[in-house]
Amino acid sequence: MSFIRKPKIVYKGQRTNALGLTRRDYEGGMSTLCAGCGHDSITTALVQAFFELDIEPHKVAKLSGIGCSSKTPAYFLDSAHGINAVHGRMPAVATGANAAARDLYYIGVSGDGDSLSIGLGQFAHAMRRNLQMLYVIENNGVYGLTKGQFSASADIGSKAKKGEVNEQRPIDPVKAALALGGSFVARAFSGDKEQLVPLLKAGIKHNGFAMIDVLSPCVTFNDHEDSTKSYAHTRQFYHPAVHADFIPPAQPIEAGGDEGGVLRVNLHDGSQLLLRKVAPDYDPHSRAGAYSYLDECEKRGEIVTGLLYIEEDRASMHEISQTAKQSLRDLEYDKLNPGAETLKALQSRYR
Amino acid sequence: MKPTDTSNPDYFHKVVDCQWACPAHTNVPEYIRLIAQGRYTDAYLLNRESNVFPGILGRVCDRPCEPACRRGRVEDKPVAICRLKRVAADLSDEVRDRLPQRPAGGNGKRIALVGAGCASLTVANDLLPLGYDVVIYEKLAETGGLMRSNIPRFRLPPAILDDEIDAIVDMGAELRLNSPVESMAALLDEGYDAIFVGSGAPQGKNLELPGRYDTDRIHIGIAWLESVAFDHIDSIGEKVLIIGGGNTAMDCCRSSLRLGGKDVRVMARKPRHLLKASDWELEDAEEERVEIMLNHSPEEFIVEDGKLVGMKFAKVEWHDDGSGRLKSTTIDEVVLPCDDVILAIGQENAFPWIERDLGLEFDQWDVPVVDPATFQSTREGVFFGGDSAFGPKNIIWAVEHGHQAAISIHKHCQGESMTERLPQTMNLSSTKMSIHEWSYSNDFDPAARRLMPHVDLKERFENLDIEVELGFTAEQTITEVERCLNCDIQTVFKAGLCIECDACIDICPVDCLTITHNGEEADLRSRLTAPAENLDQELYVSDGLPQTGRVMVKDENLCVHCGLCAERCPTAAWDMQKSELIIPYATDEAACPTKRKAG
Repeated sequence: MSFIRKPKIVYKGQRTNALGLTRRDYEGGMSTLCAGCGHDSITTALVQAFFELDIEPHKVAKLSGIGCSSKTPAYFLDSAHGINAVHGRMPAVATGANAAARDLYYIGVSGDGDSLSIGLGQFAHAMRRNLQMLYVIENNGVYGLTKGQFSASADIGSKAKKGEVNEQRPIDPVKAALALGGSFVARAFSGDKEQLVPLLKAGIKHNGFAMIDVLSPCVTFNDHEDSTKSYAHTRQFYHPAVHADFIPPAQPIEAGGDEGGVLRVNLHDGSQLLLRKVAPDYDPHSRAGAYSYLDECEKRGEIVTGLLYIEEDRASMHEISQTAKQSLRDLEYDKLNPGAETLKALQSRYR
Repeated sequence: MKPTDTSNPDYFHKVVDCQWACPAHTNVPEYIRLIAQGRYTDAYLLNRESNVFPGILGRVCDRPCEPACRRGRVEDKPVAICRLKRVAADLSDEVRDRLPQRPAGGNGKRIALVGAGCASLTVANDLLPLGYDVVIYEKLAETGGLMRSNIPRFRLPPAILDDEIDAIVDMGAELRLNSPVESMAALLDEGYDAIFVGSGAPQGKNLELPGRYDTDRIHIGIAWLESVAFDHIDSIGEKVLIIGGGNTAMDCCRSSLRLGGKDVRVMARKPRHLLKASDWELEDAEEERVEIMLNHSPEEFIVEDGKLVGMKFAKVEWHDDGSGRLKSTTIDEVVLPCDDVILAIGQENAFPWIERDLGLEFDQWDVPVVDPATFQSTREGVFFGGDSAFGPKNIIWAVEHGHQAAISIHKHCQGESMTERLPQTMNLSSTKMSIHEWSYSNDFDPAARRLMPHVDLKERFENLDIEVELGFTAEQTITEVERCLNCDIQTVFKAGLCIECDACIDICPVDCLTITHNGEEADLRSRLTAPAENLDQELYVSDGLPQTGRVMVKDENLCVHCGLCAERCPTAAWDMQKSELIIPYATDEAACPTKRKAG
């Protein structure tokens, strides 16, 4: 952390987006995380993504649980809505908020502890509901806030700072999401914003639950030799399989002459994703293919990243539940509250 | 790009824009910090090391530092560097007991200085402590040269001049006032070991137009200012036209207002942005209700019955002639009534007193040929500096010429090679005090530039002696010192320690850091977090980083030296280190007498 705030300097030639806002207008309070924490990089990537998408900050709701990761919504979009929920219960709160106000962009920030241990059930059910939100797991393999115990995502054989070796199998959130029917499954690395920022943008615009597992080294408790979640280890075994370029609706798409290795995905708001594949026969529409590719790479110790699976036409929570087309706040009062008689009639149907 | 070679002192020196732009390379950020700490005397002495006349320059310097100031790129207005220099001078204690004296006995070498202006006085300042016998010849009855004769008293009070000049003379120089040098040959015959000519550019340019010699109410600017300075003139007509658009014109118009001028206009041929006068001098003149009339080219003096009644001007328009040069076309003619005209269209140096058969070459403009590094003329042992060397510049340039000429004179007298001079060097030292603490005020203060308070318009015209600028108040000083960005506290990067966590890039408030693949400079400049479009500012490129082989690139253009990159760095790959430029003077050359004998 720093003792002085990042000074707000309006310098000549600073870039603005379509709303006339600078990137700095998407920032939040001063980070109190350790210097060099991957989470701060993800925060910056989120700032960049919202800035580039020209989203008004007050049209965003930020949610989080407990942990280092869950502190970070305080560090971006300080004019957005926000709820800091109890440990592991952020998806339930997000579901409630989204049910009532569906016109906001929802972004949940969670950690490997918050999502894969205490909140694993909540995480699974939000995915099952295909709740429309971007769900970022800031994954560092340790409980940083309680001084570095292994988390549920720690790899077998990875050593803690003081030398203990982890022997339990890790829960891989990407594999879990594939198995649970996630409609947007990605992995990224806090140290590669060129990949991360377009992924976040795609996730924000995805019609459904967009899960991005972001490897985010804990510089204090898990950045040593023999850690499998360090900057050095991640870079050494980094294997970007699918790179996603986000193309906003208004922008003409430069058609590459041959589409070899490039796959287009239409998002429901008219924007497009151009998926550039490193592995030529990789199919990001195949759940089974993604799973086996992950398995193969895992055997070689490789860390597969990119947009690994996408299913854009899956019905989201509101579509499945056939809820009102607008936020409850925008409903006329007599529609929102049809009165005691209507309630009585409804109740009588269940008698 | 190759990794930046920071062992060359020029690299970090250039980052300190003000110091780099200053001809004498005054250590601006350091003296501003000393002022911030209330160490005014130390701030004054630090100034004096390089610029010799902090009290004078704190009022009337041309301030090449201010347009260069990084603050002016980050926002609109640079730090008021010159005003702060005056604060140091105003609040400094007596410094005489901290200045060196000429050692008794001396070193047996005798030097003659022609003219008691800033160039000669700097030479005296540098050579007296080494034991030289210094004789200063001055044609006028007072010291200071053009500083005294051409800068009006309401801008530069005589007491300030006296104080700083006497401090030098009192080191042990022999001052000969009222002693014009009328023959170089005669001076050479006196057997001095070296002669330094610092006689300035004392001749104002004339304007040969019809009617020029039909009246005695047309004055040459710098001669007129000299007459005003020495009280030979104490009045002027009500309607005064000043011809010219430089700083002398500003001094002439403002002096006229104090001598009885009521309707004073400055007539300039060029449009505003091409005027030679400094912006602040134009503003000060306009504050006093002087009208600055642009695009008026003088054509004729109108004299009726021996009396100057007006002047005819062509109103012109300027346009590019296609080759980048501006050409004017006349669109109208106008006659303006006047009682006096003052010509302030430039000045030149003149050497009627130097015989042309002394082995001292003159070029096609009849100016002596002077080596730009050693300041020696083509005759060994005769040196030139200040305006007399390369034409009119300003005080701070003259001071720097003086420093360099003093080194040459010393080496000449000691039989050393004049071209083998000590190099500039640089010290770097960390300012880290603890994890989040630095030994400088690193937070960015968004305050706007403070304005110099002036004497009320109603009072200031009463006489020539009322100094218009009052100097900064304590509150203004406190605010202004915090505007300095401490550009000498350098961001120093050790590539081997970097783990590429991006923390520094994320925290930088002006987006000046990038980790990317290396490339050619033009390509690299386009690929940074914010494109590096200011080509005058360097890119700081690291060695390949250990994990990916990419490079850390810093665009030096907008860095506010807040130290947050170093504060957020988990491995201390970034450090904030104070760079201190070490400039050799004659004393340093004397302190390490080398075997570098000439020939």
